[in-house]
Amino acid sequence: MSVLTLEGISQEFGGLRALDGVNMVVEEGEIFGIIGPNGAGKTTLFNIITGIYIPSEGDLIFKERRINRMTTHNIARLGIGRTFQNIRLFNKLSVLDNVRVGSHGISRSGFFKSLLGLPSMLREEKEIKSRAEELLELVGLYDKKMEYADNLAYGEQRRLEIARALALKPSLLLLDEPAAGMNSGEKVELMKLIEQIRQEMKLTILLVEHDMSLVMNICERIAVLDYGRKIAEGPPEEIKNDERVIQSYLGVGA
Amino acid sequence: MNGLDAAITQYIDPYYLRIMILLGINIILALGLNLITGVTGQLSMGHAGFMSIGAYTSAILSMQFGFSYLMALLAGAMVAAFFGFLIGIPTLRLEGDYLAMVTIGFAEIIRVFFLNFEPGGKAVGLSGIPQHTNFITVWLIALLIIALNTRLLKSRMGRAFYAIRENEIAAASTGIDTTRLKILAFTVGSFLGGLGGGLYSHYMYYINPQDFGFMKSIELLNMVILGGMGSIPGTILGSFILTLAPEMLRIVAEYRLLFYGALLVILMIFRPNGILGDVRIYDLKKRWGRKEVKTCQS
Amino acid sequence: MFWEQLLNGLTLGSTYALIALGYTMVYGIVQLINFAHGEIYMFGAFAGLILVSFFGVNLIVAMLGAMLFCMLLGILVERIAYRPLRGKSSRLSALISAIGVSIFLSTLMALMAGTNTHRYPDVIAHHTFHLGSLDFSLMQILILAVSALLMLGLQFMVQKTRIGKAMRACSQDLDASYLMGINVNRVISFTFAVGSALAAAGGVMVGVYYNAVWPYMGMMAGLKAFAAAVMGGIGSIPGAMIGGLSLGIMEIMGVAYLSSSYKDAIAFGMLILVLLIRPQGLMGQKISKKV
Repeated sequence: MSVLTLEGISQEFGGLRALDGVNMVVEEGEIFGIIGPNGAGKTTLFNIITGIYIPSEGDLIFKERRINRMTTHNIARLGIGRTFQNIRLFNKLSVLDNVRVGSHGISRSGFFKSLLGLPSMLREEKEIKSRAEELLELVGLYDKKMEYADNLAYGEQRRLEIARALALKPSLLLLDEPAAGMNSGEKVELMKLIEQIRQEMKLTILLVEHDMSLVMNICERIAVLDYGRKIAEGPPEEIKNDERVIQSYLGVGA
Repeated sequence: MNGLDAAITQYIDPYYLRIMILLGINIILALGLNLITGVTGQLSMGHAGFMSIGAYTSAILSMQFGFSYLMALLAGAMVAAFFGFLIGIPTLRLEGDYLAMVTIGFAEIIRVFFLNFEPGGKAVGLSGIPQHTNFITVWLIALLIIALNTRLLKSRMGRAFYAIRENEIAAASTGIDTTRLKILAFTVGSFLGGLGGGLYSHYMYYINPQDFGFMKSIELLNMVILGGMGSIPGTILGSFILTLAPEMLRIVAEYRLLFYGALLVILMIFRPNGILGDVRIYDLKKRWGRKEVKTCQS
Repeated sequence: MFWEQLLNGLTLGSTYALIALGYTMVYGIVQLINFAHGEIYMFGAFAGLILVSFFGVNLIVAMLGAMLFCMLLGILVERIAYRPLRGKSSRLSALISAIGVSIFLSTLMALMAGTNTHRYPDVIAHHTFHLGSLDFSLMQILILAVSALLMLGLQFMVQKTRIGKAMRACSQDLDASYLMGINVNRVISFTFAVGSALAAAGGVMVGVYYNAVWPYMGMMAGLKAFAAAVMGGIGSIPGAMIGGLSLGIMEIMGVAYLSSSYKDAIAFGMLILVLLIRPQGLMGQKISKKV
């Protein structure tokens, strides 16, 4: 079953066509990679899926539901979690609180419940906390749970973003260059982590990445964007040998 | 309760009693602004406007409509909250300093309105307000507000407010309805502003529109920033310092405001994130803990 | 009647514009609302008054003297109260520091000059001109001419000179400008100096025009000028000019045709209205958020 379908998505910024009629179908449970040179429109695509931009043309369907004009927070509440290319943590909150905020979309206690401290709210708080701690354990940041987020090392911040996104209990996870700035050891760890969360949490993962070895290793299918157009799609082996992809992206060296 | 108050009045010097009552009122006002600016990150420079709405509304209700003290306070706070809600709506479109300008403009409009408001005595102001506010009522309400505020900020909603301040887009991506919560912060913050205003008018006996000018808003903002943005102990400390500073500086008589201005500059140079900014009980514990380990090793 | 009011509005508006330019230039480069700017304007008015009263110089010399004095004052304020905070604190702490300076300066002047209103001696002939049914004074012409001259000069400097280019670079990206070898500190000092000089010119002219100078004159003028800068789109130099002029005209028209007791409310009400319709101000560029 398809989880996410993009039908002829286009995006214009004052005359500049950042995306041009992109079609894409992401199937349940797969790891789907999007690659392309800088400025190809990869992050723009993520921003459209998460409702930060409204597409100029085309349809966006998540689990048989049209989500084109939905606001960012409502899309999140449907179960789409994401990380950001240029890390966006809540810097002056603790690592634990970053993950606890992550579960905002799936928790209920409102303003007055919070003020009164009703039992249902306290119960929910407990759940939120224990789940956040589990997730921190998973990404290996449990020992740093009381640090400020901006005191973490770069690679740790990327993993914290993943933990925060997972706190939403998403069914679709968007990872925007999760390996950027990581060394090769960290990348191997990251690949294991991505594989593990997909298995354990029954996730569908859509990821944008520059690191070819990572994409080729863990993605089942890959789409290639160039100047806002999709120029190829298929399993890694096929992409590696695609004439147009080599020309426009992988280049002579690859 | 009146007996208790009489006892307090007997044992505490009226001068100190007055300072403590004003401190309690300032804490309530500053905690309201802290929620808007310190916690949610929406720069408001017109908090005195909400204060004046609460002060006038409650004073007129208790003087001319026979409202009881608590009902008058509550009504004043509600009316202020309603205007806070209205001011919160532009936050959908405005950011940072544009929003700050709207709040300044709003407070100025309110001030000019009261300058021309017949039932409020126009520029002369309103006098003969029953003096219901005393040490006990102020501090009971202040402690209640501190307790509720602390609980709120530790809850799911509190974390969401902080998240909006830290990164709005990331906050929305976790499912936080940022516009709704920004308006909520303005509404609740203004409620506290109106409540503080009501307590103030029922203590001062006499109010006039100049009590709630731009400098009052700035004074309240200073309390929030000086102590440490978004922190409740910080806001209380800021209120404490800035309520006391003018009194302490009385010895320098007419140079008082000169020192006050210089103090603000110096404090910001040496503690740019506020006095308690970046200080957490957790870190203090950790630091003490580490020291112990060191002594064991040596 | 209408044309006369329009002229009054333009006169008032051009003084707002002169002060607003200082706000907008400083904001454009260091994103600071320089709350002490209104006090610089007030010091300018006093400096001019002292030069005229005690040294008997003519109005133009007094204005130049006041501009020079305020340039130094502006540079000094930036050095003492803002530079130590730059880069290591949030914008709000710099704002509080600016408020501290503002309180300090207005109190200082109140201690030196008393809180009374001072009057300029007659420095300019009270000559009234007639053009058809339109009456206007020499001072009005002077204010309009001097303001126009200063704004043209500023525009020339920002667009055509080396330091202007450096200022524009700094307003785009302070760090990158630094890496490109621009002496960022010097550019910032220069910006404060120019902004303060413009405010001083405004202060002297307002002092003469309304024949009133007092230590707390900076606050409301500063607020209005900041409103003008925001209305025009803060950070934009043409925006500050247009914002200042339109705020002045709106205020005078509001007083003339609506109600004088709501004078200040009208100005701020219009501002809020403008911002609700155009959140980025009249001339401000829409900042599309980069994600």
